[in-house]
This record gives sequence, structure tokens and C-alpha cells, in this order.
Amino acid sequence: MTAFAELCRRDLRLALRQGADAAMVIAFFVLTVVLFPFGVGPEPNILARIGPGVLWVTALLAAMLSLDRLFQSDLDDGSLEQLVLTPEPLSTMVLAKCLAHWLTTGLPLTLVAPMLALLLNMDGEGMLVLIGSLLLGTPVLSLLGAVGAALALGARRVGALVALLVLPLTIPVLIFGVAAVDAALADLSPRPHLLLLGALLLAALALCPWATAAALRQAVE
Amino acid sequence: MDGVGGFLSMGGYAVFIWPAYGVALVVLGGLAFGAVRRLRRSEADLAALEAGRPRRRAAQRDLTAEEAT
Amino acid sequence: MAVTMHRFANPTRFLRLAGAVQPWCVGLGVACLLGGLYLGLLRSPADYQQGETVRIMYVHVPAAWMALFVYANMALASAVALIWKHPLADIAAKNCAPLGAGFTVVALASGSLWGQPMWGTWWVWDARLTSVLVLLFLYLGYIALVNAFDDPTRGAKAGAILALVGSVNLPIIKFSVDWWNTLHQPASIMRMSGPTIHASMLTPLLLMAIAFTLIFVSLLLINMRAEIAERKIRTLRLAHGAEG
Repeated sequence: MTAFAELCRRDLRLALRQGADAAMVIAFFVLTVVLFPFGVGPEPNILARIGPGVLWVTALLAAMLSLDRLFQSDLDDGSLEQLVLTPEPLSTMVLAKCLAHWLTTGLPLTLVAPMLALLLNMDGEGMLVLIGSLLLGTPVLSLLGAVGAALALGARRVGALVALLVLPLTIPVLIFGVAAVDAALADLSPRPHLLLLGALLLAALALCPWATAAALRQAVE
Repeated sequence: MDGVGGFLSMGGYAVFIWPAYGVALVVLGGLAFGAVRRLRRSEADLAALEAGRPRRRAAQRDLTAEEAT
Repeated sequence: MAVTMHRFANPTRFLRLAGAVQPWCVGLGVACLLGGLYLGLLRSPADYQQGETVRIMYVHVPAAWMALFVYANMALASAVALIWKHPLADIAAKNCAPLGAGFTVVALASGSLWGQPMWGTWWVWDARLTSVLVLLFLYLGYIALVNAFDDPTRGAKAGAILALVGSVNLPIIKFSVDWWNTLHQPASIMRMSGPTIHASMLTPLLLMAIAFTLIFVSLLLINMRAEIAERKIRTLRLAHGAEG
């Protein structure tokens, strides 16, 4: 099996072993979305209006939660140094870790989102586009998050620092993700926004592993 | 504009124009003040440290110049 | 290229150069500032549409230019630090950040004060304002990152990468008013067909821009000198501690 697939499988196995972590991210997502009807009032029109934004922002915050451990445990047990020293390109290894991270956070968030959208009174077309936009956007969050996590390795207050670094960079994803759902709900075509999300994903796939690898090398030196 | 009063009131827009210039003055002035104070303090500390150890100082200075390049 | 750069790598040489250049920067900067303020506040005409509020332009536009220019400097210094490992590049990049953040705050605040009489609102979430706000967050994130490590070298290296990653925001800011329909005014100075602004307004604007640039350079030099002294202090104290 290729080194890429092996690393991915290893990370997935570790994540599933500590299943509580992934479950916590989902629980946080559900809890924060549920807070909004209490805070804003249960009126269906208002909830439907703010629904796409609320779901996207809380998905963003939930995705941030699991980032500080992306590389930390590898740094602690020495496997990060080994990863940097392998003949495989470090960017590929980073991609493998990002994929595992997305499979255990972004993907579950995307699957849970439609049920929460029901709570926020979103109708069918919006929900479909919501899933599509999250499918395109959450991998970008994992990729950008990897850059932040690698930069902040070994820092004090890692969790808050990573969020501070990554959230500004994720704003375009948020803008287009919500715009796509809003367009679908207004009977306009969500295609341009989804295409832009796709473009962001491609750009992130190209640039983020490289930046993350550079940051990891600095951290390990 | 007629007279100092006219200048100060800026055609009625004084409440926007003067705070705008004021923010610039405060921020840039603050940065300048902070920079100068930082330089004075660090140079004073450095001089004090260097004066306190005269003989070894010459050797150290060569060392730090080399290290820093 | 490497040889020329390493001539200035020696801190002592840099300090000597900085000490010589700095008074000129400060003097010229103050002169341009006074000239720009005089022309801008007293001699230039009020706009036929906006009235006196156009005078905010002489603070807002140079500050916004500086916000971008300083970040570009920071990214360039970071690239030099990462690629050629020039020892002063780290120091330069690190000390650009607070200055850049300051200019960004001035640009946002003065822009907001200009927006209220001109557009009727203190803030609007259009592409230009939003991306400048993101620029401020990038500056603050950079400052937080560089200072988050006990080892300053580690912080400097991490910051260098972040500065380069964030530089993707610069073209977005510059071209945002062209790519999207925004409330913010499109470019009227840096255009291919030449500026569309009248000389009586262009002169104070350029004077203020030069003044801000010289002020930035002066403050950067002062901060870099202070940082070099601080690092010497740290080295001395460590060596002193080692000797007991």
C-alpha cells in the first residue's frame, strides 16, 4: 500500500480509537446550532433567513476544535520527525493527514447538517445545496487548518492561536458557501458560488500542503 | 473658508474630519513614542551591561557580531 | 546578490547605516507631512459633491496605501528570511507588523468617518472594507504567532510562513473594487490611463503618502535598532549566566 494510504489509515484508526473526540466535534456543532433558536427566538421566518449562515459559521467553529491535535500527538511521540525524514514528499504526507482529518470531522459535520437545517426551518432545495457546499468547503477548512496547526505547533495557547490564524483565511469559503445556499433558497442558480468553492478547493489542495510542510519542517528543526 | 471659525467647523463636517486626523495623530504618534522609548530603554540597558563588564566586553562584542551575522 | 546582501547582514554596519539615514527620513518626513497638511487642509479646494469631507482623503488614502505597502514589505522580508536566511530580514518583518496594523486601523477609522457623511453609513460589508478588515486580522494574527513561542527564532520562522500565506489577500484588496460591485470608490490614481484626480488634490495626497512612507521607514529603523540592542542584551545575559 502506498505511504499516502498507510498514513491515512493509521490516522483514521487512531481517530476511531479515540472516538470520543470526533463525537465531541459533532456534539459541539449540534449544541451551538440549537442555541440559536433560544437566542434569536423560535419564529420560523427568522430562523429560515439566518439558517444557512448559522450552519456554516458553527460548522467552521466545530472544524476548528479538532485542529490543535492534528500534529501535536505526532510531535509528542516522535512520529512527526520520522514523517519529515521519510523519502516521500512531505506535502503528500500532509495531504494524507488532512484527508483523515476531514473524514473524521468535515464529513460527519456535512452528514449531520441537513438534520439541523430541519430544525432551522430550511426547505429541501436549500438543504441539497447546503450539503454540496459543505462537501466542497469542509475539505478547505481541513487544509487551511493544517497550515494553522503546523504554524502554531509548540506555541502557548495553541487552540486559540490556531483559530485566530485560520478563521480570517476561511472567510471566502464562508462567503461563497452561504451565498450558494441563499441563492438556492431564492430560486437562483447556486452554480457560480459552487464553482468558486470548487476553485478555492483546488487552490487549497495545491498550496496548503506545501505551506504546511514548510511549517512542519520549521517546527521539527 | 472664512476665518478660523470656518476652518475649524469645516462646513459643518468637523465632527468627521477632525477625528479622522485625530485618529491618525494618536496612532502614529503612539507608535513613534513607543518606538523611541523602546530604543532609549534598550540602548541604556545595553550600555549598562557593557559598562559593568569592561575586560570581557571586548571579547563578547566580537562574539556577538560574529554570531549575529 | 548574496554578496551584496551579506554586506548589510552585519548588525554593526546596519546600525551605522540606520543611524545615518534615520535623521534624513525623519526630517524629510516631517517636512512632507507639514507640506501635505498645509496644502490638504488649507489650500486644496472642497469637492463639489462631497464638500469639505474630501479632506479626509488626505489621511485615509495614504494610510490605506501604507497598510498594503507595509504588508508587502513584511512578506518580502519574510521571503528573504526563509530563502536566504538573512539575519536582519526576520527582525525587519517582525517590526513591520505593528506599524502595518496601525496604518490599517487609521485607514479603517478614517474611512468609517468618511463613509458616514458620504454614504450615510459607518460600515458596509463590501469587498474592499471586508478585505481590509481581514488584513487587520492577518496583522494581529501574525503578531500573536510571532510572540506565542518562548523561542523567538521559532516564532520568527512561523511568522514568515504566515506572512507569505496571507499575502494572497493583497491582490484581493487591490482589485476588489474592480471585481465586485462595491460601494467603495474604484481606483482613480493607480490606473493605466493615469490619475483622474486634479493636481490641486493630487499634490497634497502624494505629499502625505511620501510623508507616511518616510515615517514608516523611520519607525522601522528605530524599532530594528531597539530589537538588535535587545538581542545583544539577551545574549550577554545568557553568556553571563553561563559563566556564573
